[in-house]
Amino acid sequence: MSAPVVIFAVGNPSRGDDALGPECYGQLEKWLKNEMLADQFELIEDFQLQIEHALDLQGRQLALFIDAGANTPGPFTFARIAPATGAAYTTHELPPEAVLQVYLQTEGQEPPPAFVLCIRGEQFELGEPLSAAASRHLEAGFSLLVSLCRQPSVAAWEQAAN
Amino acid sequence: MTYQLETAAHPETLRRVAIDPVSRVEGHGKVTILLDDQNKVHQVRLHIVEFRGFEKFIQGRPYWEVPVMVQRLCGICPVSHHLAASKALDVIVGAKKLTATAEKMRRLMHYGQMLQSHALHFFHLCSPDLLFGFDSDVTKRNIVGVAMAHPETAKRGVLLRRFGQEVIRVTAGKRVHGTGAIPGGVNKALTVAERDELLKDIYHIVQWSRDAVQLIQKVHTQDPGLYNSFGIFRSNFMSIVGHNGDLDFYHGTLRARDDNGKIIFDHVDYQQYNQYIEEEVRPWSYMKFPYFKSIGKEHGWYKVGPLARVQNCCQISTPFAEHERKEFVDYAGGSPMHAPLAYHWTRMIEMLHAAEVIKELLHDDDLLGSDLMVQGERQSEGVGVIEAPRGTLFHHYRVDENDLITMANLIVSTTNNNQAMNEAIRHVARRYLHGHEVTEGLLNHIEVAIRAFDPCLSCATHALGKMPLEVELVDPEGRIVHSLSRS
Repeated sequence: MSAPVVIFAVGNPSRGDDALGPECYGQLEKWLKNEMLADQFELIEDFQLQIEHALDLQGRQLALFIDAGANTPGPFTFARIAPATGAAYTTHELPPEAVLQVYLQTEGQEPPPAFVLCIRGEQFELGEPLSAAASRHLEAGFSLLVSLCRQPSVAAWEQAAN
Repeated sequence: MTYQLETAAHPETLRRVAIDPVSRVEGHGKVTILLDDQNKVHQVRLHIVEFRGFEKFIQGRPYWEVPVMVQRLCGICPVSHHLAASKALDVIVGAKKLTATAEKMRRLMHYGQMLQSHALHFFHLCSPDLLFGFDSDVTKRNIVGVAMAHPETAKRGVLLRRFGQEVIRVTAGKRVHGTGAIPGGVNKALTVAERDELLKDIYHIVQWSRDAVQLIQKVHTQDPGLYNSFGIFRSNFMSIVGHNGDLDFYHGTLRARDDNGKIIFDHVDYQQYNQYIEEEVRPWSYMKFPYFKSIGKEHGWYKVGPLARVQNCCQISTPFAEHERKEFVDYAGGSPMHAPLAYHWTRMIEMLHAAEVIKELLHDDDLLGSDLMVQGERQSEGVGVIEAPRGTLFHHYRVDENDLITMANLIVSTTNNNQAMNEAIRHVARRYLHGHEVTEGLLNHIEVAIRAFDPCLSCATHALGKMPLEVELVDPEGRIVHSLSRS
């Protein structure tokens, strides 16, 4: 039986602020255990989003993608997303919208309601730690994440979306 | 040979076209093309934008951390780095021969990696070009476009990739950052439940892999004028082969052939790789240019990867893949095939072989064993080599008496193919861009040639909003006269 909510946290922990997703994953995993909420959420950490992640959307009521952003508004953005065909020009990974679209095409049905939490990063160099600015952005983003996990419903998340 | 297009005589007088970054490859690359006022091509270079610096990054670390750390190089083929490093560290801990369980677990992990990476590359990165055409509508030329036009093909691509990732998860513990291999062995065997779960799907996976070979063979043979000549250049080949000359992705000795298929060296112990291969540094690229010492830097460079491996081996041990290898060799007419687009055909033959090997391994009870580790006399230096999805991958380490890494040298697959990729895009630039107005479709021809090699150009930075593709034409004064954007 799948957990009702799936949360994808993506990023390479060795590449500066690209680690925002994995950092969020680690903190959230501990928090969910402490709050006895772990069985309500499946957390998936990966370097990049890929086509097979569409299959992780099966049987979910809600989906959340957490990623670092470059040149995106700070400290974070939180928005509902829809399947999109025109967003797949990036190099080696799928944007969250395209993962939804792959689900739509391969499963023949609408994907679950999905949202993106994009936390602004500043530097993405190999071997660098999280920047000070990204740490502050993470703190702000994690506060929102906690409130989302306390109220995992489409209505509550839409209200929180900017 | 288009080698002379590497450096123009008077670059300051020419206008510059940049493809930055190259799309649908792993990581960040940039192509620059220098044209004169008549759009004649004078210089073409593939640059690696991002400096990896991994060899420095791991110096001073305890050696047992390395197999996990090096996976951070890449989000697509972390297993290849994990296993190449582990093989080098087997030498350091004196593990001359692994237990049957350990070697077969590593093989299962590696063939799962090969399956998922080849499926991703073919269905996700390249099938849009192959199914829709190189200059088709750019808004459809992606995996989502494939899913809309060919839903069954796209779905199989997803399921093949997922199966390979599952093989990695059960052998390495996780799909990324796995810890399955450790110096001298592995830290887990397969459980009966894990084996049975994989066995449920493996027969579909083999059949779909056979279908994929048929698909690319059909695409290739229906348009031989294009597929046999696009970006073509002649070169040497290199790969490891098994002790009988079999195709082997996990272990073997180094074999090299010249452009006519004649053996240059054979059954070379890869611990001595640096007696045979030299790495040249050129001032315009972060990536080195390896070549065979015995031939020299001008003519000693080579191709690695599926096209090299399938033609370098004497046979493939699994029946369906061997049948397809023979078909390929017959099509090539007995001489080595040098066309870059033939990489796709051979890559699917390899995917089929990987599926067949996984099926064989899942029926082998050694995977369920409990003898996981061996150790021997401690050494201070070790080399590990593996055939990664993109080609031969070298990891070379020295370790001091405190168990800390003092030297690391990595020659990744894409570095081995560096000169070959540059030659391919120079050929394509001369054939398709020379004297023509540059368009997005024509520039995609350059990218098609690069993608055939499945390069991994330093991986895994992927922040949202970070990777637009912009192409700018700049006049000799630096003014932008025309631009194209895919952001």
